[in-house]
Amino acid sequence: MFKILRDLLRYNIEFAIGFVLTLAIFLFALAHFWAPLPDNAIYLLPPDMPPSAQYWFGTTSRGQDVLWQMSSAIWNTMLFGLSVTILSRLLAVAVGMISGYLGGKWDEFLMTINDTMIALPNIPILLLVYFVMRDQMSWPVLALTAALLGWNYDARLIRSVTLSLRNREFTRHAVFAGMSVPQILVRQHLPYVMPVIFFTAMNNLIWAIGLEVTLSVLGFSDINRPTIGGMIYWANQHQAIIAGIWWWIAFPIIAVVLLFLGLFLLAISVNEYIDPRSRLSRMGA
Amino acid sequence: MSALLELEDVNKDYRVGGFLDRSTLHAVKHVSFTLDAEKPEIFTVVGESGSGKTTTARMILGNETPTSGTLRFMGKGIAQVRTRKERLDFMSRVQPIFQNPFEAFNPLTTLDYYLFSTARRFLGLKDKAAVDAATDKALQHVGLSLAEVRGRYSHELSGGQLQRIAVARALIPGPKLIVADEPVSMVDASLRMSIVNLFRELRDTLGVSIIYITHDLSTAYYISDRVIIMHKGDVVEAGRAEEVLGNPTHEYSRALRSAVLPPDPVVASAIIREKLRAI
Amino acid sequence: MLAAVENKPASVEAKPVLRVEGLKAYYQMNYFGVRREVRAVDDVSLTIKRNEIYGIAGESSSGKSSLIKTIAGAITPPLRVVEGSVKFDFGGKELDVYAQRPAMKAARWKHLSYVMQGSMNVLNPVRKVKHAFHDFAFKHMGLSEGEFRARVESHLQRIGLDPRVLESYPHQLSGGMRQRLTIGLATVCEPEFIIADEPTTALDVLVQQDVLALIKGVQQRMGSSIIFVTHDMTVHAAIADRIGIVYAGRLVEEGPTLDVFQRPQHPYTAHLIASLPRIGDTRKRVALGGKPPNLADPPSGCRFHPRCPLAVDKCKSENPPLLARNTGRVACWRAGEVEAA
Ligand SMILES: Nc1ncnc2c1ncn2[C@@H]1O[C@H](COP(=O)(O)OP(=O)(O)OP(=O)(O)O)[C@@H](O)[C@H]1O
Ligand code: SF4
Ligand SMILES: [Mg+2]
Repeated sequence: MFKILRDLLRYNIEFAIGFVLTLAIFLFALAHFWAPLPDNAIYLLPPDMPPSAQYWFGTTSRGQDVLWQMSSAIWNTMLFGLSVTILSRLLAVAVGMISGYLGGKWDEFLMTINDTMIALPNIPILLLVYFVMRDQMSWPVLALTAALLGWNYDARLIRSVTLSLRNREFTRHAVFAGMSVPQILVRQHLPYVMPVIFFTAMNNLIWAIGLEVTLSVLGFSDINRPTIGGMIYWANQHQAIIAGIWWWIAFPIIAVVLLFLGLFLLAISVNEYIDPRSRLSRMGA
Repeated sequence: MSALLELEDVNKDYRVGGFLDRSTLHAVKHVSFTLDAEKPEIFTVVGESGSGKTTTARMILGNETPTSGTLRFMGKGIAQVRTRKERLDFMSRVQPIFQNPFEAFNPLTTLDYYLFSTARRFLGLKDKAAVDAATDKALQHVGLSLAEVRGRYSHELSGGQLQRIAVARALIPGPKLIVADEPVSMVDASLRMSIVNLFRELRDTLGVSIIYITHDLSTAYYISDRVIIMHKGDVVEAGRAEEVLGNPTHEYSRALRSAVLPPDPVVASAIIREKLRAI
Repeated sequence: MLAAVENKPASVEAKPVLRVEGLKAYYQMNYFGVRREVRAVDDVSLTIKRNEIYGIAGESSSGKSSLIKTIAGAITPPLRVVEGSVKFDFGGKELDVYAQRPAMKAARWKHLSYVMQGSMNVLNPVRKVKHAFHDFAFKHMGLSEGEFRARVESHLQRIGLDPRVLESYPHQLSGGMRQRLTIGLATVCEPEFIIADEPTTALDVLVQQDVLALIKGVQQRMGSSIIFVTHDMTVHAAIADRIGIVYAGRLVEEGPTLDVFQRPQHPYTAHLIASLPRIGDTRKRVALGGKPPNLADPPSGCRFHPRCPLAVDKCKSENPPLLARNTGRVACWRAGEVEAA
């Protein structure tokens, strides 16, 4: 594992940049555990202070330090995004591979569910869940809902990869070598599906974070828990742009862009690394 | 005589085309033949692409069901093999060899994984030493050993070696029948002979019957006992190899026979000059 | 600059049309720090005369395709020319493939055409066949649309294809017809030099002879030279004037077809010829033992030594040079002894 990281850092500039960026943002987010003030405390600092030596990124109209708010916000937003991505990847892989490999009735059944979910509009469903859950609405519930909405396209993609793998000679050979279905899927097919998982994970993460921001900006989330979307929501509430409190909006947006950039670079370079063709070349094929 | 494999008037149709121009393709038409259980032989199916030979092989392996007719293996209908247990039992007696040795093994999996899996599942072996012993024994039959194969990937071995490992793997359960679909078409002339020689040996020393599917008449002549020639799903000629390939009587088999160029510059170039004059 | 081709002086006829000298082309790769160099073409020298069909034989992954790609100037990274040169002579004008890139580009299709391995599948599946002709050949021929169409049609007719195929899509044609088409495509400009990789391997047996006759006929009519690659020795027997045998990236033997088949001088060639099956003969053939060499880490000395029945100590350390012997050339320390064996 360590060796892979070292190789990637040394020989792949995209990975190196992505890694440094993501790591920096991660450390910055991690720092919120040592914040001088609790992140939900308001009006403890002088409001509307521009960036200065004391408050690097300024303070909000609610008397919070933008720097520490951002630290918490990125942490929470990443937590949400990654939860959605991991959950939805597991769903997509399970459904896509089983559907593609078993085919027949299984395929029909799973793909019917899949296509029905594709047809459902995301935002209205989330709002519906929000109104039904009301007080019990917490970020894990939101993450679960988003995960349930975010796997369908990718399941189709993975299904098509598995479908083509199923007709390869090595799969038929594996059957006659007595391998069970789980053995075939995990040992034989997963390495080929891995790049798809990574590739779609990136898109999914961006989608999830975007979703979180959208919902928060609209005020449909736990607004007392700092998130990137939440910060923008409060800034809007206080008409920060009009009032010239640009730092309240600009810094969170820059943070999101850098985060996306870092993750994107990581995704493409790791993808190249785990691609079966490049793996084979490194093995000396 | 008791039959190892019987095909009785086997037909297979495929529906082809889109929504508007649907039609039926008769891939295999009225194919019947029987292999004797007591007399192992190399039974060759010759044909061009699209002649129905691969479909026939897939039906024998139970991967495809015939539209009509029956296939029986050791007295039992192949279509009646349903449960996982029956299927495993069937697979332990009938094993395939695939066309492209580089495609038949997953390049990201070590080769021994296929061998060990076969030994575990079909011989019910649990103990590591027993699995190794069974695998090594099978590899010895094809002139290899476990020491040479353990931990290796497909790209580390030649096509001929891979095809021999595939044969060794097929031998582990102690099959009665091996179905080899174009096993040499992807390997070049020098490796071709090592594989077909191996088939001869399996027949003579282990008593395994082999269905050898090919479009290459020269190797067919070299190793087969009996031959059938297929053309567009029909068997146009069947019989002993020397007769069918040496003196074909059906028009199509004659055409096929004369399409084979001999590896002799004098004769081969004369044939081409003849063709050229005809154009 | 190549306009003078039409009225070539008689003296150039005698000069070889292609000279390959000390050619080395390697696949050079770098995968996350794992550097690999596959020496697919290693020190190959050969010449091809006008009006000659030269066949290159060798086992799979011996570097045949790489060699021919390099000769055609159609290489892309990671394959790179490391040393040596490829020079054509079109009507007295010398053309160095790797020194004169732009001139080379201009010579494509007009003087030189290249039929790739599996090229019967290169026709664009969603465009009619006539577009392929237009794309590849139109600008090289300097004809009006109408003249061009007429020329293409008469050309197709000559190679036994109904001109109506121009209006069809590739999938509507059989494999044999597609292969004829690619040959038609490669020859419509009447190039002086044709390069072909496995031109008949993917074909059904029944059409193979026709396609071979077609290639031979086109070559004879236009007086061009052909270099082609295949591992199928019967194809060499049928149409090649001379054969070169490649083993592990090196040319190990070369000579007139008949001599190579009847009196092979290199142990590898001898084995290759002896192992060919013939209808009417069931005598047991001995297969070559051992494993084909890994071109990323080839054996030292003579690359055939781990599998060679005649190998001696010298073979392990010293690489035998390709020297003229009898009617051809051979690279083996014990060349004379093969014939006796
Ligand atoms: N794009 C590539 N990148 C790296 N190595 C390659 C590439 N293409 C070919 N090779 C390697 O170069 C060597 C020669 O390959 P080449 O395709 O020239 O063989 P060939 O003789 O034409 O084989 P065949 O008969 O199978 O067509 C092989 O070891 C092959 O693995
Ligand atoms: S040089 Fe030596 S090893 Fe090479 S072919 Fe000749 S005898 Fe064999
Ligand atoms: Mg090739």
